[in-house]
Amino acid sequence: MQKELIRLENIVKNYGETQILKGINLYINDSEFLTILGPSGCGKTTTLRVIGGFEQPTQGRVWFDGKEMTHVPPHKRQVNTVFQKYALFTHMNVFENVAFGLRLKKTPNDEVERRVNAMLDMVNLSGYGKRDATSLSGGEQQRVAIARALVNRPKVLLLDEPLGALDLKLRKEMQLELKTMQKQLGITFIYVTHDQEEALTMSDTVVVMNKGSIQQIGTPIDIYNEPKNAFVANFIGQSNIIPGVMNRDLEVTFDGHTFPCVDSGFGTETPVDVVVRPEDVQLVEEGRGQLSGIVESLIFKGVHYEMVVDTGSFHFLVQSTAAVQPGVRTDLLIAPDAIHIMKKGGAE
Amino acid sequence: MKGRLRRAESVKEDASAQSKGLGVRGRTSMLALPFSVYMVIFIAAPLLLIVLYSVCVDPPGDMSFTLEHFRRFFDFENPIYLQVLWRSFYIAVISTAICLLIGYPMAYILSRMKPTVRNILSVLFILPMWMNFLLRTYAWMSLLENTGLINTALEAMGLPAINIMYTQWAVVLGNVYNFLPFMILPIYNTLVKIDPAVVEAAQDLGASGRKVFRKIILPLSVPGVMSGISMTFMPAITTFVISKLLGGGQYTLIGDLIDKQYKVTGDWGFGSAMSVIIMVMILISMNLMPSSSKDQGGGLL
Amino acid sequence: MKKNPIARLFSSVYGVLVFTFMYAPIVVLIVFSFNKLKSRGKWGGFTLDWYRALFENDTIMSALWNTLSIALLSSTIAIIVGTMAAIGIFFMNKHWRKVHMNVAYLPVMNADIVTGISLLLVFSVLGIRLGYVSLLLAHVTFNIPYVILSVMPKLQQLEWHTYEAAQDLGASPVQAFFKAVLPELMPGVVTGFLLAFTLSIDDFVISYFTAGAGVSTLSVTIYSMARKGIKPEINALSAIMFVTVLVLLLIINFRNNASQQKKLK
Repeated sequence: MQKELIRLENIVKNYGETQILKGINLYINDSEFLTILGPSGCGKTTTLRVIGGFEQPTQGRVWFDGKEMTHVPPHKRQVNTVFQKYALFTHMNVFENVAFGLRLKKTPNDEVERRVNAMLDMVNLSGYGKRDATSLSGGEQQRVAIARALVNRPKVLLLDEPLGALDLKLRKEMQLELKTMQKQLGITFIYVTHDQEEALTMSDTVVVMNKGSIQQIGTPIDIYNEPKNAFVANFIGQSNIIPGVMNRDLEVTFDGHTFPCVDSGFGTETPVDVVVRPEDVQLVEEGRGQLSGIVESLIFKGVHYEMVVDTGSFHFLVQSTAAVQPGVRTDLLIAPDAIHIMKKGGAE
Repeated sequence: MKGRLRRAESVKEDASAQSKGLGVRGRTSMLALPFSVYMVIFIAAPLLLIVLYSVCVDPPGDMSFTLEHFRRFFDFENPIYLQVLWRSFYIAVISTAICLLIGYPMAYILSRMKPTVRNILSVLFILPMWMNFLLRTYAWMSLLENTGLINTALEAMGLPAINIMYTQWAVVLGNVYNFLPFMILPIYNTLVKIDPAVVEAAQDLGASGRKVFRKIILPLSVPGVMSGISMTFMPAITTFVISKLLGGGQYTLIGDLIDKQYKVTGDWGFGSAMSVIIMVMILISMNLMPSSSKDQGGGLL
Repeated sequence: MKKNPIARLFSSVYGVLVFTFMYAPIVVLIVFSFNKLKSRGKWGGFTLDWYRALFENDTIMSALWNTLSIALLSSTIAIIVGTMAAIGIFFMNKHWRKVHMNVAYLPVMNADIVTGISLLLVFSVLGIRLGYVSLLLAHVTFNIPYVILSVMPKLQQLEWHTYEAAQDLGASPVQAFFKAVLPELMPGVVTGFLLAFTLSIDDFVISYFTAGAGVSTLSVTIYSMARKGIKPEINALSAIMFVTVLVLLLIINFRNNASQQKKLK
């Protein structure tokens, strides 16, 4: 049962003469894990701050549960935020940090005690209450920040690159924990990150942003498999983007060869961009593939090898578990469902 | 190009000040208003008044313009005032030099100690500074007097008494005693902040102990030395208490001269002119100082 | 660093000598505050007479009262006005920030004698009679800059996210300031207060020019007494002042150490 909770209506934000957001339209469902993904400076954090009430949009409106919230100050919104650098109150201990919101609401002491301790349990910090907030490790501080926000039982939790400062291993652990927490609590998480892997593993919905506008909204699988334009394709993992011509439905020509594909509806003889993921290019024996080229470079990446193959007119990035040495000629095979067709140029 | 640069900068500033839109920022900066008013009335206006009075015949009565006060001060045929300025300068230089000679090794020794020990010892250096300045000077009066403790002790040992009181050396001594902590602390602060890794790197590269000091520690402590010098020299050149109490008023310094114009002769114009001269000297020396040394003064506590 | 024994010995001897130089006069003052004889060269037996004389000396006592009350009042005013000013200046545009900081630096950089005289002139122009009020105004003037200079670095280090975090958790902007921002600035404010308080107590030159007939501070009173010769009451006063400052410093240091150790745990 999907119920709309937040709606952003044509949000524009200017700083002086610079336009940070260029008309954002977005709705967010109840108990959804939505990730806003984009490179730094794309406006993703600003979007989050508009939802949190820390920024007033220059134009446009913010709706929350059917009520307009555009000019409601942060402290009157049912939204809590986990800040990028945690923003813990260094003059308070862990318990008081978490209790901050409850104390402001004049919650009775025994209830504060109960709820804060329950929350510390949930983030695996039971017994840390008396500790100084500054004495904790980065990961622990992050948990306090999450507990501090969640203890207020918000309808929506905003997370601004919360795992950015953690090391890789800890980040992976926290990703799982956050996802579990969100499912348990059944509340909406709006998560901002520039890490595409993080976005793909955690989210129900991914919103890709660039230069102040939304590029694509979809499930992680959609975004990965059917990028709408070159930016999305490039940002979500590395891709080969080859100029081609759509001859007719289900047939495309690129790099001097005609391929069967699964896309249709582009008309006939239409110039298009073709996206092929590096892991979808198969290396086969000479004579058995569609294209032929010479391996230029070979790097071992841990799980797989990464190679660049020069076909004469295009350099293909290829990922494979088998290595082919540089200088060796090889054939390339691309399956019909590995070929994704995008309109030329796409949305900026 | 320039315009774009500036725009980029202002965006960055907005971002650093977080959500405070221009309106909130403007309102928040209004908090400084009481200070702004205070600063105009009690910092800016008074200094302008000194400048104004320095070119008036007999302020605040006769406010007609004159350069007579400056001419009187810079009278090369009868350079009594220039001699006073020279004497003040001379005594201040000697006092500062002695402070540096005593203070630098002390600061260095302190900085080499264990943190717990040096923290306590540096507090002990601040301690006399927290006692009243007049009391500190007064303490030396009792020691140096002809019938004071030093001479009594010398006498008891059968040695001749020394008559240092009411000489310029007494003034220098008073300066050194009062301003030595102002020399030690800034130097100590810069020495403590030197990264031990830098010293180790120099040793690793083959520098001997002496070379490490000359090539690494000394150059790195220059800002502290500079601020130490300005913090001792400035009060030393303008003092009039020490010269009155320990110099017995026989060694008139520029501070005594200014004091006299206001408290005795009532020649406010001439007094203001001399104040302007001191201000100009301070401004010049401030500009000669490397700007980094300006920030050292705050670290006294 | 390696240290040879000779260097170590030299360091110790040197340190002891410098400390002796710093403390000998103070120790002598304190010892002779218990001397029966008025002379400061000879010991004539133990007495507390000078302490009694000190407390019976109305001039010194009223000067002491003025000094303490002016120090307390002026530093309290200075931390309020100065902290507000620091925050305001922090949010100003570059140009105004620079103007304000430069003017704030003036009393710090300028010679005390010039500051004192300039205030004397302005009081005479404004028709403010020299006395308690003029002294207080003068002390506030040289105290505010030190407060601004101690609070400003804290503002620059401040994690402004905490201000937003507090609002996010339901605090109004004003509540957020008092609950999240001010506590973080507090160390700077306290430093500013202590600095202002001690500078105010220690000041002679500026007080000398801005004090009026009948109202003076301890420094000014000691100055006029010392010029007329030695008064053993002053020895007693020095002893009391020194011990007070010593105890205050020890308390502050003890507290700092305790809080540091708490943090380490």
